[in-house]
Amino acid sequence: MPGDLTRDAITITLVTGVLIWVLPLIVGTYTLTVLAIYGMLGLSLGLVWGFGGILCFGQAAFFGLGAYAYAIFAINIGESTVPMILAVLVPAVFAAFLGALMFYGRLGDVYLGVITLVVTLILFKVINSTAGPQYVIGNARLGGFNGIPGFPTLNVPGIPDAYIWGDRYFQVCAVLLGLVCMLVTALLRSSFGRIAVGIRENETRMSLMGYDVRARKTAMFAIGAAIAGLAGGLFANWAEIVTPNLFSLGQSAEIIIWCIVGGLGTRLGPVLGAAGLAYLKFLLGQQAVVDNALVTGLVLVLFVLFLPKGVVPALSALWRAGAGRRPRGRVRQRRRPPRRERLNG
Amino acid sequence: MAEIALETHGLTMRFGGVVAADRVDFKLEARELRCLIGPNGAGKSTFFKCITGLQSPSEGEVYMRGIETTGWMPHRIASLGVGIKTQTPNVLDSLSVHENIWLAARRFHGSREADRKTREVIELLDLGAISRNGLGRLAHGERQRVELGLVAVGDPWLILLDEPAAGLGAGDVERLTGIIHELNRQAALVIVEHDMQFIRSIAETVTVFHQGKVLMEDHVESVMSDPVVRNVYLGRKA
Ligand SMILES: Nc1ncnc2c1ncn2[C@@H]1O[C@H](COP(=O)(O)OP(=O)(O)OP(=O)(O)O)[C@@H](O)[C@H]1O
Ligand SMILES: [Mg+2]
Repeated sequence: MPGDLTRDAITITLVTGVLIWVLPLIVGTYTLTVLAIYGMLGLSLGLVWGFGGILCFGQAAFFGLGAYAYAIFAINIGESTVPMILAVLVPAVFAAFLGALMFYGRLGDVYLGVITLVVTLILFKVINSTAGPQYVIGNARLGGFNGIPGFPTLNVPGIPDAYIWGDRYFQVCAVLLGLVCMLVTALLRSSFGRIAVGIRENETRMSLMGYDVRARKTAMFAIGAAIAGLAGGLFANWAEIVTPNLFSLGQSAEIIIWCIVGGLGTRLGPVLGAAGLAYLKFLLGQQAVVDNALVTGLVLVLFVLFLPKGVVPALSALWRAGAGRRPRGRVRQRRRPPRRERLNG
Repeated sequence: MAEIALETHGLTMRFGGVVAADRVDFKLEARELRCLIGPNGAGKSTFFKCITGLQSPSEGEVYMRGIETTGWMPHRIASLGVGIKTQTPNVLDSLSVHENIWLAARRFHGSREADRKTREVIELLDLGAISRNGLGRLAHGERQRVELGLVAVGDPWLILLDEPAAGLGAGDVERLTGIIHELNRQAALVIVEHDMQFIRSIAETVTVFHQGKVLMEDHVESVMSDPVVRNVYLGRKA
């Protein structure tokens, strides 16, 4: 197992390195940055839903909380390191409370969906209605539907004047995405991850084995929210403004579609689904002939009909079918020498 | 006196008007093997679910090795060292045989030790040839055997099996008998069964359930030859 993990880490490092080098030759780094951020957001739900078996309709809520936490603390603190950490912690703690409420309350899957959806709606409404000057946290005005602009963006840790922007910022986001991929890989290889997958498969069996399903699902939910929060903090830096739209149901639905299209139960799928569909949206946004939402909807329908498991599982099935022949050949070759020995002897 | 592995006092479970378990007093000594029989709907599975925490009894108490476990959740009961197989197969279908058993072992051991225990159980239950296969693709008998493996790998001192022989062929039943004797060297067992031949081959004491109550409790031969028990099974009025 540790050997496999090292191999995965090397693969992720190489792929990330090559992509950071090659992709800017094709697409602008400003666009690439947000694709990487969305990739991270997709991965957060891909982990919770695809491996933890928890379908959350409110992943955007954690993304939005991360972004707002960053903006508010950045204004109050005046640098970016602590706000970035809080962008991870605030949604994680929020999700831990929400998760505990749902999982210890033994809510069924449907109610879980409803509650995460309602919580997202409430956050959207609440933030939306904070337009008045009385709604401030420290020095930060919440600004209602106008959002919060003008907060300090990412700086080199410890040097508040050294801002990280442009190509550099893309590199930071891409490296962080690579790191999160590695963390998720390590998590899934660990006992915690394997037990989480067991819980996805059959909660009753896992509890009959002696595992506290409620605690483990709560933990998984919080980890997913932490990753979504990190993506939110990075997004705030990219957009240089945070608005209640981050909490919108449309955003939540999109994350779910990324996961379905890319492939649930894989690590790569949700990342590719997110980046691919977001790039498609970006391209479509530059013309006015077809409506954006229509195309996203169409893509989803086509995938559900023709490729229900998503892109990555389909590709890996193809790959295995292609590679399946080779090892057998090798086995045959290996079997020959003993026979020859016998003939000689 | 021998240690008591499991004891219930006045265990009662009501579903609306139906009394599925009715003031059941039950006592099982350490390393005892007990069979539970009774016609369909007699309340055997309900009694099981109340013991294992899958349901909370309406009234009465459950004790395991003297600890009161009434109303505990299944994971706490299992953590005491209780192995449970439910009537409907409960396995992790899209995972491999090895992963299924490893997850059960990991609850009580570190990762490395769990690897070793898993290999041991796979060998013991003769699952080596299919250890990398997904559970979803296995034959019924193999799935049952894997589920026994899940139960066995935690080294339980109390094992509760609801209809382990259901749907098994003659060869598989024979194998099951061997496994149960093996498990019984360390653990007390309660086995719910309908298969009389199988019961004869493993049981000494049998408890008969009827309409939620314990109808009788005696040596297997006396139970089998009892006219009241025969009538109950044939659906006549006792
Ligand atoms: N969840 C439930 N809600 C309502 N009634 C139930 C429930 N579970 C069981 N019962 C009823 O309780 C009675 C006992 O059922 P139980 O499953 O315990 O019987 P059993 O002895 O295990 O039967 P079998 O041999 O068919 O498995 C039946 O009349 C059944 O209909
Ligand atoms: Mg039953």
